[in-house]
Formats: sequence, C-alpha cells, structure tokens
Amino acid sequence: MIPEFGHYALILALCIALIQGILPLIGAHQGRREWLMLARPAAQVVFLLLFIAFVSLAWSFYANDFSVLYVAEHSNSQMPLVYRLGAVWGGHEGSLLLWIFLLSIWTILVAQLSKALDEFMVARVIGVLGLVTSGLLLFVLTTSNPFARLLPAAQDGRSLNPLLQDPGLVFHPPMLYMGYVGFSVAFAFAIASLLSGRLDAAWARWSRPWTTAAWVFLTLGIALGSWWAYYELGWGGWWFWDPVENASFIPWLVGTALLHSLAVTEKRGGFKSWTVLLAITAFSLSLLGTFLVRSGVLTSVHAFATDPKRGIFILIFLSLVVGSSLALYAWRAPKSTMGGKFSLSSRETLILLGNVFLVVSAGSVLLGTLYPLLIDALHLGKISVGPPYFNSVFVPIMIPLLVLMGIGPWANWKNTDLLAIIKRLWIAGVIAIIAGIAIPLIMGEFTWLASIGFLLAFWVITSGCLQLIRQAKVGKPTRSFIGMQFAHLGIAVFVIGVTMVGAYQEEKDVRMLAGETVSVGGYQIQLEGVSSVPGPNYNAMRGTFLLSKNGASPTTLYPEKRSYFSSSMPMTEAAIDAGLTRDIYVSLGEELDDKSWAVRVYYKPFVDWIWGGCLLMALGGIFAISDKRYRMKLKRQAS
Amino acid sequence: MKPRHKRAFLIVAALVVIGVAALLILNALNSNIALYVTPSEVVAGKAPQGQAFRIGGMVKDGSLRRDGLTVHFVITDLVKDIPVAYTGILPDLFKEGKGAVIQGRLDGNGQFIASEVLAKHDENYMPPEAKHALEQAQKNGSNK
Repeated sequence: MIPEFGHYALILALCIALIQGILPLIGAHQGRREWLMLARPAAQVVFLLLFIAFVSLAWSFYANDFSVLYVAEHSNSQMPLVYRLGAVWGGHEGSLLLWIFLLSIWTILVAQLSKALDEFMVARVIGVLGLVTSGLLLFVLTTSNPFARLLPAAQDGRSLNPLLQDPGLVFHPPMLYMGYVGFSVAFAFAIASLLSGRLDAAWARWSRPWTTAAWVFLTLGIALGSWWAYYELGWGGWWFWDPVENASFIPWLVGTALLHSLAVTEKRGGFKSWTVLLAITAFSLSLLGTFLVRSGVLTSVHAFATDPKRGIFILIFLSLVVGSSLALYAWRAPKSTMGGKFSLSSRETLILLGNVFLVVSAGSVLLGTLYPLLIDALHLGKISVGPPYFNSVFVPIMIPLLVLMGIGPWANWKNTDLLAIIKRLWIAGVIAIIAGIAIPLIMGEFTWLASIGFLLAFWVITSGCLQLIRQAKVGKPTRSFIGMQFAHLGIAVFVIGVTMVGAYQEEKDVRMLAGETVSVGGYQIQLEGVSSVPGPNYNAMRGTFLLSKNGASPTTLYPEKRSYFSSSMPMTEAAIDAGLTRDIYVSLGEELDDKSWAVRVYYKPFVDWIWGGCLLMALGGIFAISDKRYRMKLKRQAS
Repeated sequence: MKPRHKRAFLIVAALVVIGVAALLILNALNSNIALYVTPSEVVAGKAPQGQAFRIGGMVKDGSLRRDGLTVHFVITDLVKDIPVAYTGILPDLFKEGKGAVIQGRLDGNGQFIASEVLAKHDENYMPPEAKHALEQAQKNGSNK
C-alpha cells in the first residue's frame, strides 16, 4: 500500500505543481490578486506531497519491500540500514525524486522567507519554480517511476553497487543536488524580473543570498564527491575530469561568475543583462548536467544502464527551458548593457574581466566534455578527450584569474587609481615571488608549474592579509568582507594543495611478500601479512601494513579487498594515514602467485588542503549570506 | 575616455581572452584526443601510427597471464584478437569474458602496450565502446 500511496502523492504533486506554475504567472500578468495568492499555498502543498512520496520510498527501503522494482534493484536485506536509506538515491529513479524533493524545499524556503518581497515578484518566482517542478515530475512519472511494482516480488534485492556502500553516499548526492537545484532559485528570480521588467538593485539583493547558498552547497557537494573518489575508488586521484565531474564543475564556474556579477548589479546597478544571462546559463547547465548523468550518453563512473526515452525527454525539457528563457531574454533584457558609469580602471572592469575568464574556462570544459558526443553524432568516429586536454586548457586560463584575485578587492567602484594599488601591493608581489622560488627548492625539485602555483597562491594570501590590515584601520569588517576573504583564502589553499600533489606526489605499484618493505616519500611501509576478515555483507582480505619514518614507532594501516555476497565484483578499500602535510595511501591490488600481493602505495603531500580549501570557500559563502544588510533591508521593507 | 571607446576596449579584451583560449583548446584537442579503434581495425592496419589510441572489446576467456606486476591478456571483438601487455594494478572490475577499454600504443610486434585500463564501476555495465566493437565485428562477419 505504502508505495501506491507515494505514487499517488507524486501524481497529485504534479497536478498541484501545474497550478503553482500556471495560475500565479497569469495572475501576475493580468493583476488578478486571487490567483497570485495561490502561489504560496500551492508550493506548500507540493512540498508536503513530495515529502510523503519521498518518505514512502524510504519506508519501502526500510521495510525491505522487494515488490518495489527500484528497491529490489538497489537494496538487499543484508545491507546495513544506513545504506538501505542512502540507497533511496542510489539509482536513477530515486535520485530524480531527490532532485525534485530538494527543488520543493528550495521553493518552500523562498515562499516562507520572502514575506517582505512584493507579491507580484514572489508569485512569479514561485510560478517559475512550479513550472520546473512540473516538468521534472512529468519526467519521473512517465519514464522513471520509483514506485513501479515487481510482481511476483523478489525473494531478496540485488543489492546496491558495493562502491556506493559508503558514508559518502549519504552526504555527497544530497549536497550536490542541493547546489544544482539551488540555481533554479536564481533562475526563477531572473525570469521573474524579465517578466516584470523590474531588473534593479533590489532584485540583485534578493537573489544574491540564494545564489550564494546554492553555490555553497555545490562547492561542498563537489568537494565531497572528490574526497569520496579519492578514498573509495582505490586509485588515489582527487579529480579525473570525468564527464560527470565536469557536469557539476561547469555550473560551479558559471555560478561563481554569477556571484561576482550579482555584486556589481547590487552595488552599482550594472551588468544587469549579463547577470540575468549568467543566471539562466547556470541553471541550464545544471539541467544539462542532469541530462548528461541520467541519460547515459557519456561513459563515466556515474553511468547507469539506461533507457533512451529518458535522454530524449530531458533533452526536450532542456531545450524548452533554454529556448523559452533565451527568447524571453532577447525580448525583455534591458538594452543598456553597462548600467552605471564606470571607468576602465575600476572594480567593475576587474570583475567583468574575471567573469570573462570564468565563463571562458567553463566553455572550454564544456567543449572538451561534449566533443566526443559531437564527433560521434556526426559519425566521425569514436574518440575520448583525456585529462591532458583539460589540464593544458584550464590551468593557463586560471593563472590570470588568480592574478586578478589579488588586485580586484583593492579596486574602488567606478574609478580607481591602479598605480596606487600597485604601490600598495608590491610587497605582496615580492613575497609571492620569494615563495614561488623558495618552496620548490625546499621540496627538492624546481619545476615552473610548481613555482607558478606557489607564487599565485601566496600572491592571493598576502594580498588578503594586506586587505585585512587596511580594513582593521578603517573599522569593523562586514560579514560580506570576511566571507570574501575566506573564499579567496580557500582558493589559495586549494591551489597549494593541487600544486603540491601535482608536483611532488610519489606513486608506486609494487609486488610485496609478507615482511617486505617499500619506501615512499621518506616513509617505510612494511607488509605484515594478509588475512581473511568477515564483514556484515561481505568477506574481506585485510592487509596489515606498518608505516614508519626513520625508525619512529609505527602506525598500522589496514587496506582491504572486499568481495560482497550479492555481487561478483571485488571492492578495494584503501587505507589512508592522513596528515596536515601529507597522506600516505595504501591499497591492495590482487593476490599474485606465490602469496605475494600487488600493492599500490602513494605519498600525497598536502592533498587534504585541496578539500580544506573548498571548506574555506563554503565557509566564506556562509559568512556572506549572514551579512546584516540582507536582514536589515528585509526588516525595512517589511515595516 | 568616451563610453563608446570604453565598450570597444572591453569587447576587444574579451575577444582576446576568448581567442587565446580557442588557440589553447585547438592545440590541446589536437594532441590529446584518443581515437577508439576496434580489434578488427587494428588487425587491418587502421590504427593510428605513433599515437596513443583506445581499444574497446572483450577480455578473451583464458587469456589472462601474470608475470610479476605485468599482466598479459587478449582483447577481442570475437573476430580478431589483439595481445595486450599492461604493468600495474588492474581495476576491480577487470575480468575475463567481460568488456574493457584500454588505452596505449602498438609496439613493433603487433602487441598492444597499455598505459591505462579503464575501470567501469558497475558489474552489469558494458562500456558502449566495447559493445560498439562487438557489433561492428558481427556486422562485418555476417556480410562476408
């Protein structure tokens, strides 16, 4: 009964979402107040229904109801409860349900927190979100119903892919989707403003915290995914330029551009059309990302065996969203693109330049991701575009962007004296150059790439420190200012991590017998032995390794090779000794003849700084959202 | 500076950035693309010379042989076979009789030296390129 309940709730949600999407928009257009007023209650009902649907699916997993096809395919009675619940979004149908459920959470938040906003604007924003919700609900109900029954019921489920049976599954998808979906709010604000013709600073102030919130979730989601891949996939990399990673990274780049451009629109009333275009693009790219992941057109870690109907539906939905919003944009976008006057040497110009770099880098990643599809569609053969492409295109674009990052915050709006900035910043330049030369020499090997990496990171850091000193002289910094400092510092920390790992990591694939020692990065790693250990739904071969440096007392590491009962697929669980300045990463390959094992040993200097940097960025975003001015304006408008 | 000039300057700056990026992209695409080739095409001599490429196909049953860390196996589209050598740790899902995609180059003796064996992360999932190779081979076989 419960699954039918959920299915029914989904169908009802579609009906109400259509009301939420159509009536308030018409009402706002024709000035019918009673239709406008439907927006909030409709959004609340849709949220409630989707909540019921989501809980029904979770209950089916909890109760091991294998008469539900989706449960039978992704769960198993032996699986621990936490992974059974995580499995709710472990496959195609459930993860789409999660997508829509999160969309309704964003909608309800907008509905509840926008009491001070003009009724017409709220109605339009909720209406646009309602249309998006309806489209996706239609998709789920027609092609990917998670409540479809399997009759007769299966004895037991097929179990979740062992790779996904990890705490990462519980956090990564919801975070990432929260970010993806969150850009729909910025999109809805943009469309609403185009519809009403009210593209002003107030609009930017409203959409800015929402955009920042989505960006924070996306940052955390991507970082979690990267960290998960690092410790779970057993090959010790943190980023593979996998198409699905790119699908999340492209909206992030555009979203970052949007954050900065919104700042100009809020403070100076400039770049209006550009900001709107970025908002539309960020959300369209999120949808494209969903299409790429869900349609199975790309070969990747996330590819599921799929049904072509789904790809076509999302493609049609995507072209409808992009087509109609671009048409609206062409029709209604303000003609004057520059907004308030500013000189060439001004904060506006620097932000615009940074925006160009971000958008161009997003474009280059997009091109590399879609290129194989394009070539295949044109019947020119099957190709793959590998990480070297992305590295050799993306990294050079980031260099000037980081240089700009050190300068931009010093510039004044409207007009600034670049010479005065250079006079203030020369010390940062000197420190950066010293760091760029000294650190590679200390690490023992000088490469230009490493040198540039450290130089840029220290350029951003020292510039930030100087900004803090200047700010301390003027007065108490705003939360926005602190947020910016954290976010930029995060980028610098991230760059240090990437540079260190890129230039100084050591990787060894070796063959080891019990008692043998291998050394990596100045550490000695000894294999004690490999023994068989049972787990809840798997059997593991567990290696015992002793890690020591210069005869100090050793740390023990236990990498595992698991074979799950429900699957013939073995799983590598790496063991990591993490530290502030380095990770030691050991994973078991396979048993070779004569009782020796293939073992993979990595020395990864400063690798945790990569995710630490992302955390700092997210923290910066949180500070920026909590800035007083958003709430003060709220109160003022309310009174 | 007049607003018109200012706008022109900004547009030119943006174009320069895009132009440089386009150059980088073209350059990188040229040297970093790997073509997918089926085993039959390799035997027919259609593989790119002196450049890395990818082969999709099945790992032939009973062909896996270990020599320390180096693994020898045969990749096939069920019509033609290509011997492969790879040094390193194979991904978890690498198995005889299953689909695989490998990247590398041919040595002088017709052996494929793999630099990368690609992992698929679901046991029921067949790499589309491997499937494509099998279908191609089957089609050509039935035509003859």
